[in-house]
Amino acid sequence: MTSETTNIINLDAEAASGPHLTPSQLIWRRFRKHRMALNGVLGLAGLIMFIIIGSIAISEKQANEVDLKARLSPPSSEHWMGTDSTGRDTFSRIIYGGQISIIIGILAVTISVTIGTVIGGMAGYFGGGMDSVLMRITEAMLSIPALFLLIVLGKYLGREVQTINIFGRSFSGSVGIVIIVIGITSWMALARIVRASVLSLRETDFIAASKALGASNQRIFFSHLVPNTLGAIIVAATLGLAAAILAEAYVSFLGLGVQPPTASWGNMLTSAQAFIQKGAWWMWLFPCVFIVFTILCINLMGDGLRDAFDPRSGRNL
Amino acid sequence: MYAYIARRVVQGFITLLIITVFCFILTRLSADPLAQYATNPNMSAADKEALRERLGLNDPMPVQYFRWLSLAIRGDMGYSFFSKQPVALMISQRLPMTLILMLTAETLTITLALLLGIVSAVRQYSWVDNLITTFSFIGFSMPIFFIALGFILIFAVQFKAWGLPYLPTGADIWDPKDPVELARHMVLPVACLIFIGTAGYSRYVRSSILEVLGLDYVRTARAKGLGERSVLYKHALRNAILPFITIIGLNIPYLVAGALVTESVYAWPGMGRLFWEYAQRGDFPVVMGVLLIVSIAVVIFAIITDVAYTFIDPRIRLS
Repeated sequence: MTSETTNIINLDAEAASGPHLTPSQLIWRRFRKHRMALNGVLGLAGLIMFIIIGSIAISEKQANEVDLKARLSPPSSEHWMGTDSTGRDTFSRIIYGGQISIIIGILAVTISVTIGTVIGGMAGYFGGGMDSVLMRITEAMLSIPALFLLIVLGKYLGREVQTINIFGRSFSGSVGIVIIVIGITSWMALARIVRASVLSLRETDFIAASKALGASNQRIFFSHLVPNTLGAIIVAATLGLAAAILAEAYVSFLGLGVQPPTASWGNMLTSAQAFIQKGAWWMWLFPCVFIVFTILCINLMGDGLRDAFDPRSGRNL
Repeated sequence: MYAYIARRVVQGFITLLIITVFCFILTRLSADPLAQYATNPNMSAADKEALRERLGLNDPMPVQYFRWLSLAIRGDMGYSFFSKQPVALMISQRLPMTLILMLTAETLTITLALLLGIVSAVRQYSWVDNLITTFSFIGFSMPIFFIALGFILIFAVQFKAWGLPYLPTGADIWDPKDPVELARHMVLPVACLIFIGTAGYSRYVRSSILEVLGLDYVRTARAKGLGERSVLYKHALRNAILPFITIIGLNIPYLVAGALVTESVYAWPGMGRLFWEYAQRGDFPVVMGVLLIVSIAVVIFAIITDVAYTFIDPRIRLS
């Protein structure tokens, strides 16, 4: 009789818990069930494929080639997406502009996530004076509208622009400046999230235990605190990527960002603004559609990740 | 409570100080405010140098900053290098225009977002909800100049080409004191701001209503036989709207800053465009004036929102 009861209990426990899953397997499982997020991943993969294949098929020289005879021509079999005010082919520029916009987005997010994690983590972990100083700086930067901050810093760093040569291609130095400007003006929200989660983690028993075992601050910070806030950081990085690409579009649109002839989705629209009055709709529509599509896909992915990392959203299991 | 407010005010001053130091140095070094004279044949190099000396542009940076600060504290924001007008006057001309634009847009945005959010939450997963969610996701992922330029193309350029009554784009000369002209010029920029703003807000309203609708007291209200209307508007909505009020409260000060891109595209004479035009010239008195006004508004509204929240939601105590 006793053995029978234990068997039943064992069966029940087995049935209830299912196969043992690690946290990352659980997260993957929840993410996989999120249909829109998967669409986002697919869309993004398609876009990256398009840019890679396009870069192989069309050279950057072609994309920057000026042809004044064909200026402002509407989409045709020769120029699939028309040409801009100096006769450059919009289709080729979208491919190279996409490269630049996505590279800027990824590098800017890397900078902002690093700064945000370090500042938020230090403020939360050390507390006291360090916390007050760091949080006042965070607050100060949050008090200025994001675009104003981008402009102030962009104007300052953009005083002298040189050309950078990497991998045999020359980029306008403005690309580097845009990356830095976006990176150091977008870490504040993440810093606050990391700080809040470190503040609560700091009081947990396992941190107290590792302190008692003599772990250094560095070890506690990087092997305990950071991994435990990783979910929030990954979600913030994904949504931050969308925000960074959008920010690039805004500063380049205003003429402060990436400088021609290097194409970016944002600076392709700078001249579209002047020529839309003359009905040059293709100069506006195509770069914009690519921007919206990219950001939409990344946002959908970020939304899915947020739900996947949230242990409360068990309904998707 | 008073101690809390006092502490927040002190913190606010420190925040403002940090903002002004950083922005002053960056703006001051970003461009030469006297660049307009660079090609002036009537001015010799010695004249330019004398002018710099007289305007104090050759002084060490801390001296320049404290000179600006001591005047700004007394309400004197200096003169623009480019327009030579007092900064306070320039701002006082631009601020009402920005407020007309932004307050109209914000009021309509909030109304529309509440409406869409409620419909979306009540009919969760219906086709209406899917439509609104799709729209808000796309709007959320869209730079505002997409829609701003698109509206110009459709309602100004194409309507004109088709011989329909078309809307102005701001490229014309018009008198802001004429209410009809003002309204006509406001339509397109306000529509852009509503479109982008509603996308963000309505998602918030939807998720916070859904969260409240799942709570026990809503089930209790339904169980005791209340009509769905009463449950929704008298019970659920009141609590669901609380986080939304915070977001609006924190967003209000940014209305003072205007909408830089929209104002630039539609040539609207507002604060955002003022900032953008003068930031390009490195005209630091104007740039600092706009930044100061905006950040003071942000700091004050953050405190007001916190305090007001204790009245709206008695569960919250400030300490």
